[in-house]
Amino acid sequence: MKYQTQKIAFAYFAVAMALFAVQVLGGFIAAYVYVNPNFLSELVPFNILRMLHTNSLVVWLLLGFFGAAYYLIPEEAEREIESPMLAYLQLLILVIGTAGVVVTYLFDLFPGNPVLGKEGREFLEQPLWVKLGIVVAALIFLYNVTMTVLKGRKTAITNVLLLGLWGIAIFFLFSLYNPGNLSVDKMYWWYVVHIWVEGVWELVMAAVLAFLLLKLTGVDREVIEKWLYAIVALSLFTGLLGTGHHYYWIGTPGYWQWVGSIFSSLEVLPFFAMVLFSFSMVWKRRREHPNNAALLWSLGCAVLAFFGAGVWGFMHTLHPINFYTHGTQITAAHGHLAFFGAYVSLNLAVITYAMPHLLGREPYNQVLNMVSFWVMASGMAFMTFVLTFAGVVQTHLQRVQGENYMDVQDQLGLFYEMRLAAGAVVVIAVLIYLYSIFVPRKGELIKRPDTAPTPAE
Amino acid sequence: MWDVLTKSAARNIFYGGSLVFLLILVGLTAQSHNYVVNVSTDKAGLTDSVVRGKRLWEKHTCINCHTILGEGAYYAPELGNVWIRYGGKEDPQGAREALKAWMRSQPTGIAGRRQMPQFNLTDKELDDLINFLAWVSRIDTQGWPPNKAG
Ligand code: HEM
Ligand code: HEM
Ligand SMILES: [Fe+2]
Repeated sequence: MKYQTQKIAFAYFAVAMALFAVQVLGGFIAAYVYVNPNFLSELVPFNILRMLHTNSLVVWLLLGFFGAAYYLIPEEAEREIESPMLAYLQLLILVIGTAGVVVTYLFDLFPGNPVLGKEGREFLEQPLWVKLGIVVAALIFLYNVTMTVLKGRKTAITNVLLLGLWGIAIFFLFSLYNPGNLSVDKMYWWYVVHIWVEGVWELVMAAVLAFLLLKLTGVDREVIEKWLYAIVALSLFTGLLGTGHHYYWIGTPGYWQWVGSIFSSLEVLPFFAMVLFSFSMVWKRRREHPNNAALLWSLGCAVLAFFGAGVWGFMHTLHPINFYTHGTQITAAHGHLAFFGAYVSLNLAVITYAMPHLLGREPYNQVLNMVSFWVMASGMAFMTFVLTFAGVVQTHLQRVQGENYMDVQDQLGLFYEMRLAAGAVVVIAVLIYLYSIFVPRKGELIKRPDTAPTPAE
Repeated sequence: MWDVLTKSAARNIFYGGSLVFLLILVGLTAQSHNYVVNVSTDKAGLTDSVVRGKRLWEKHTCINCHTILGEGAYYAPELGNVWIRYGGKEDPQGAREALKAWMRSQPTGIAGRRQMPQFNLTDKELDDLINFLAWVSRIDTQGWPPNKAG
């Protein structure tokens, strides 16, 4: 760690990891309710469990992005963060907001209250006061990092990262607009949800991956940064108009079926480019970095994002197919592998890379960390496969044959049991991961032979 | 070709191109907004009661079990066309009574069956919610869903 203020990242990562645990536990309970629907049905109904699962996901991913920014910006800008005090104040606001959300959902406080009550649109259920808190926290953050970069060295990595983070804040403002016309509501709801994950978050992803590869492979900055601009150009050229793949059946004009199908199919390209980029940088590497686990997560991120977002996204994005699969378990399958591959893995990669520096120790526990990668990735992949099968059966019986929804669900029980089992594996993998990064050990689980390559920086 | 492309050229293409695509998206959004408000949804029928119904739908976060126009959670049936499924087109009064009776009788408590919570809605609230669902069923969705099952 070259700069004192990089330490701020530790606090963000710690809170993020606590919420990660909450998220997978929430998902596990929700999956159990699918199998045993009477469980908790009057105390904490399914909709509340699902909100806890998805909201904790989004919040911890954002906290991870903030942490990554606080970690990498000093190194890139060659300057301490403008104000560490503001950075901790920002975290405090976000923690209070998160605690407020959990308590409001669990105890159904202030129902219907326009400021204090939950708001009830998918993913954007946070009460208004929390949304405003998020906006304030984002403004503090943007001020802090933008000032740091403006006064320091400007690199392509910080340019793209900052643009992505500004985009996150700007598009979040659409969450404050909730008209009475459901179709208009949905149009702008996707401005937050789609443009986040298939637009500005991709900028953050590409910038952070570029930073990691720069450090881990030692390839020339010029080469890496040219790739970076090419990748993010592909992301926004396809992802912005790709929003159209959500405008097929919600009351919007028919031309979106063409615009959406064409541009969203091309959205596979930036994800494929990230695979090419990361593997060719490793191929051309100029150093053997001691942190192999961070490299594994970085490559895993590119590959799993390509499958989850690229392949599983393309699977149902053409409008004649989406007509039948829209809003089935296929969507759930895709949502899981895309979020996991792209953004969960990205955060776990940065944390794996940064933690040894933040704690001032060797990157040990790598073997355990790499085990957690394989177990978690297998668990999520299996969950995606079973949900995909469930979705195909559901699409056929319900959308083609016209069988009643609940009758179809009754025939999918086996898939939901397998999803629960896959979820248990993921929960175990998450615990292994947390242990490997937080708990100090005397040495590596499996010793390296002395012939191991000499470590670089 | 890759070697000819310099970093600063790549950067300029990125900024310039993204701006162009953003402007196209904004333009199409404006046109679609206008189309939705005036053509594909029932403008005159968007009464205070329908809007109150939408707020109730949000207050109870129905979206985290059900889908509406295919978006939401996958735990419970699609509700964008529930009005049609209950025969609201042929017999509006009957469909209204049936939907009210359904919501009042939850949860069923039947072992092994997915449960819907009891929201303790008043008769007026139930009417608002049903007006909202009936309004949604009249949106021109380009023919989606494929059939009544939703
Ligand atoms: C990392 C990037 C991505 C993430 C995190 C992601 C996540 C999601 C999620 C969570 C949903 C469900 C939204 C809802 O609640 O209704 C969704 C829907 C969808 N996604 Fe993605 N996605 C990503 C990239 C892509 C890409 C690249 C494509 C196309 C190639 C794609 C195609 C779709 C389609 C067509 C739907 C609508 C499904 C339906 O009709 O029910 N996604 N995505
Ligand atoms: C890091 C891993 C995970 C991520 C990124 C993730 C993400 C998500 C997302 C985005 C949704 C909303 C789905 C949509 O609207 O398309 C969701 C729903 C859900 N997730 Fe997860 N999840 C993860 C792990 C788990 C685990 C481990 C389980 C179960 C053991 C689980 C069970 C569920 C269930 C039951 C739902 C609700 C699906 C429904 O609405 O019917 N998730 N998850
Ligand atoms: Fe999308």
